[in-house]
Amino acid sequence: MVYVLRRLIQSALILLGVSFITFVLLYVLPADPVRQIAGRAATAETVENIRQQLGLDQPFLVQYGRYLAALAQGDLGRSYLQKTEVSDLILSRLPATLQLMAAGIVAELILGLSMGIAAALMRGRIGDQLLMMTSFVTVSAPQFVVSLLLLYVFAVKLGWFPIGGYGTLAHLVLPAITLGILGSGWYSRMMRSSMVEVLRADYIRTARAKGLGRARVVFRHALPNAILPIIAMIGIDIGIFMGGIVVVESVFGWPGIGQLAWQAIQRVDIPIIMGVTLVSAFAIVLGNLLADLVAPLIDPRIRLR
Amino acid sequence: MTQTAQTFSGAAKAPDTTPDTAPALTVEALTVSVRTETGLHPLVQDLSFTLQRGETLAIAGESGSGKSITSLAIMGLLPPPAVRVTAGRIRLGDTDLTALPESRLRGIRGDRIAMIFQEPMTSLNPVLTIGTQLSEAIRAHDPVPRAEAARRALAALKSVRLSQPERRMAQYPHELSGGMRQRVMIAMALALRPEVLIADEPTTALDVTVQREVLDLLRDLQREMGTAIILITHDMGVVAEMADRVIVMKSGRMVEQAPVATLFHSPAEPYTRDLLGAVPRIGTAPDRPAQAAGPLATLSDVTVRFPLKGGLLGRTQANVHAVEHVSFDIRRGETFSLVGESGCGKSTIAKAMVGLVPHQGRITVAGQTLSGTGRNEPRDLRRKVQMVFQDPMAALDPRMRVGDLIAEPLLIHGIGTARDRRDRAADLIRRVGLSDAQLDRYPHEFSGGQRQRICIARALALKPDLIIADESVSALDVSVQARVLALLKELQEEMGVAYLFISHDMAVVDSISDRIAVMYLGQIVELGTRAQVFGNPQHPYTQRLIEAVPVPDPSRQRPPAPRMSGEVPSPVHPAGTAPARLTLRDIGGGHLVASA
Repeated sequence: MVYVLRRLIQSALILLGVSFITFVLLYVLPADPVRQIAGRAATAETVENIRQQLGLDQPFLVQYGRYLAALAQGDLGRSYLQKTEVSDLILSRLPATLQLMAAGIVAELILGLSMGIAAALMRGRIGDQLLMMTSFVTVSAPQFVVSLLLLYVFAVKLGWFPIGGYGTLAHLVLPAITLGILGSGWYSRMMRSSMVEVLRADYIRTARAKGLGRARVVFRHALPNAILPIIAMIGIDIGIFMGGIVVVESVFGWPGIGQLAWQAIQRVDIPIIMGVTLVSAFAIVLGNLLADLVAPLIDPRIRLR
Repeated sequence: MTQTAQTFSGAAKAPDTTPDTAPALTVEALTVSVRTETGLHPLVQDLSFTLQRGETLAIAGESGSGKSITSLAIMGLLPPPAVRVTAGRIRLGDTDLTALPESRLRGIRGDRIAMIFQEPMTSLNPVLTIGTQLSEAIRAHDPVPRAEAARRALAALKSVRLSQPERRMAQYPHELSGGMRQRVMIAMALALRPEVLIADEPTTALDVTVQREVLDLLRDLQREMGTAIILITHDMGVVAEMADRVIVMKSGRMVEQAPVATLFHSPAEPYTRDLLGAVPRIGTAPDRPAQAAGPLATLSDVTVRFPLKGGLLGRTQANVHAVEHVSFDIRRGETFSLVGESGCGKSTIAKAMVGLVPHQGRITVAGQTLSGTGRNEPRDLRRKVQMVFQDPMAALDPRMRVGDLIAEPLLIHGIGTARDRRDRAADLIRRVGLSDAQLDRYPHEFSGGQRQRICIARALALKPDLIIADESVSALDVSVQARVLALLKELQEEMGVAYLFISHDMAVVDSISDRIAVMYLGQIVELGTRAQVFGNPQHPYTQRLIEAVPVPDPSRQRPPAPRMSGEVPSPVHPAGTAPARLTLRDIGGGHLVASA
């Protein structure tokens, strides 16, 4: 319990740090939000008025303090351009992104772990080399290429899945696989080396000396040990995932926060960029927290301290 | 799954029709080879032996002799695909194991042949409970319900005299000590009453008193169940105590096979004689003249504690009392030994003396007092004390040439020109019995004993006053060990360097030491000259340690000792408390003994 509490406090501090850094970055950005709102034709007086109204004439620390105070109440501010609450914008789009993320992670783990385990069991043979070459290709293939390729083959040519949009399970398949393919290369390589090492361990020899079958040796004795380093990886991976989601959502027209961020960046809509960044950071911190809380369930040696 | 697996209560399972004289296991002209780029290379060649029911056959030999490969070949666990049986047969009763497919072999492994391994610390799966691992061994061959398997697993744990067996079932391996884990391994191996048990260095990784308990246990269980045991070991003391017959192996071939008494009293082959001659025996080393020199290093009231932090604010909740109020001095040119079992604090003292851990109390080496903070010790102090560690491979950077490794201390201390350093390295490598032509080679090109010589040469580079040798010969084969010990003695006579010799091996300590301190749970329980400690041990712990050492003499009758299954108490105490302090009493001639 103490461990969980400590990790929660640490997480909150990390989020505070993230909010500060994004705030500073956007504060020093040359784009002036007041000019954006007022338009090119506005007089200097109008600009000053808006600036005062929004409190943007205050010193940096005051602005940051007000931002934080609002943040504590769940208020992410208002988009200057869309004239809506950022929190509403994000909340309306979050379910779609979470859905895509969950499906992507599942796809990536299923692909990556099974490839890694298979390669480890065939170590040094031709199957191992083929799998590792495949993983190399998937790691190096850019997502926009993979997504367009998948779209072309499975949506345009074969017509199995819709070309884009959101709603049914069929809409989810191609974007999830696109996301999964990139990560699967990483995971299969990590899983392979972890598994190869575990299969050499003394306790695997003991398990075989007991006369256990191959399946039991691999899945009951080797897998839980081999997967431990991977779990920590999943937490970190969510960060990389957020980057991928911006691309994939744009290509597939998926109405998630990645798309929102992409549009906001193009229009330099600072409150939305900040909101999305914070929510992403929150997701990463949460992912790491979950990974750290799951690991002791598998490995009894990790003491919750 | 064999049909006889249900006869749990019987003796070792075997078809009743077989006459008693039939051997349990027959190995005929066995050759095991490894496939390399240059073709097949034999690891074991033309090995034949039989194992009778209920007997213990020891296979003895040094590293690389092929003894472990033989045991893996019998189990069918040779690492595929490079290593395999290329000729000969292994017959278990009437079954030819070399002809069986993997699926049939699996039915025999663990059921009719079982194996225990050297490393109890890593031989159990860390993420499964003891109960799960035991039960699945039973259920692999005998598909009884889970509850029944658990009941039999518990019975097996009780039979190996493990304390609190019910609690152990739900525990994980990391919660058990090495000795307890080896008991679990034995329980697992014997749960199905196999005909043959292969024990591969079963006690090598254990402390000597724990080794004694495990050997006693194996012998008792063998008497009870009639299991035939193949005991693989490098330790001739263990051979003498356990074996009925002995096979001596060297470089993959059998050198000699004889009943144990014959082998020890009239070995036929020169190699066997050399091997036996190299075994250190307590009380056989010649006495050395007492060193009258003054103290080189003095430790007074040294205490080392490691805090265990916990809670929300990370406050110290308990301390590991690694070293408690230890005082002794090391005289110039002498060998002072610290002995004791793992966790007794002997290596921590070594670390404190070179300033690697913070300590309380006062440590003075060659006139300089350490700060006690565990860092920023003056450089010239480091120069006076050098260390030689247990694992020479891990202690040498694999990417540096041996010449650079030996000269590196000179470089760090800025001594001499590049040319001087090179000459000095050449000098030193010759001094430790290697050739200066080898200076440009890398560590992996040397054998274990040669690597330890390189480590010694490196330690000598700065002409230290004191060399701390922490288990420096423990990982070496006995013949290599004997030569390295001889080298250490020679260097001492020549250069007058003092050694702080740290070891768990009583026989080695006896052969090299001038004075000895016996440690238990961070405190010294007895301190004196070699003659005092080994000739007249006073503290019960010292007596137990000496008594537990296996003696390489099969005719020696060991007095029946109570079967021990005790565990060493923990050195962890809650913050603010400390273990009771022992006081040492001089019983004459500087022989200090803790009052119990």
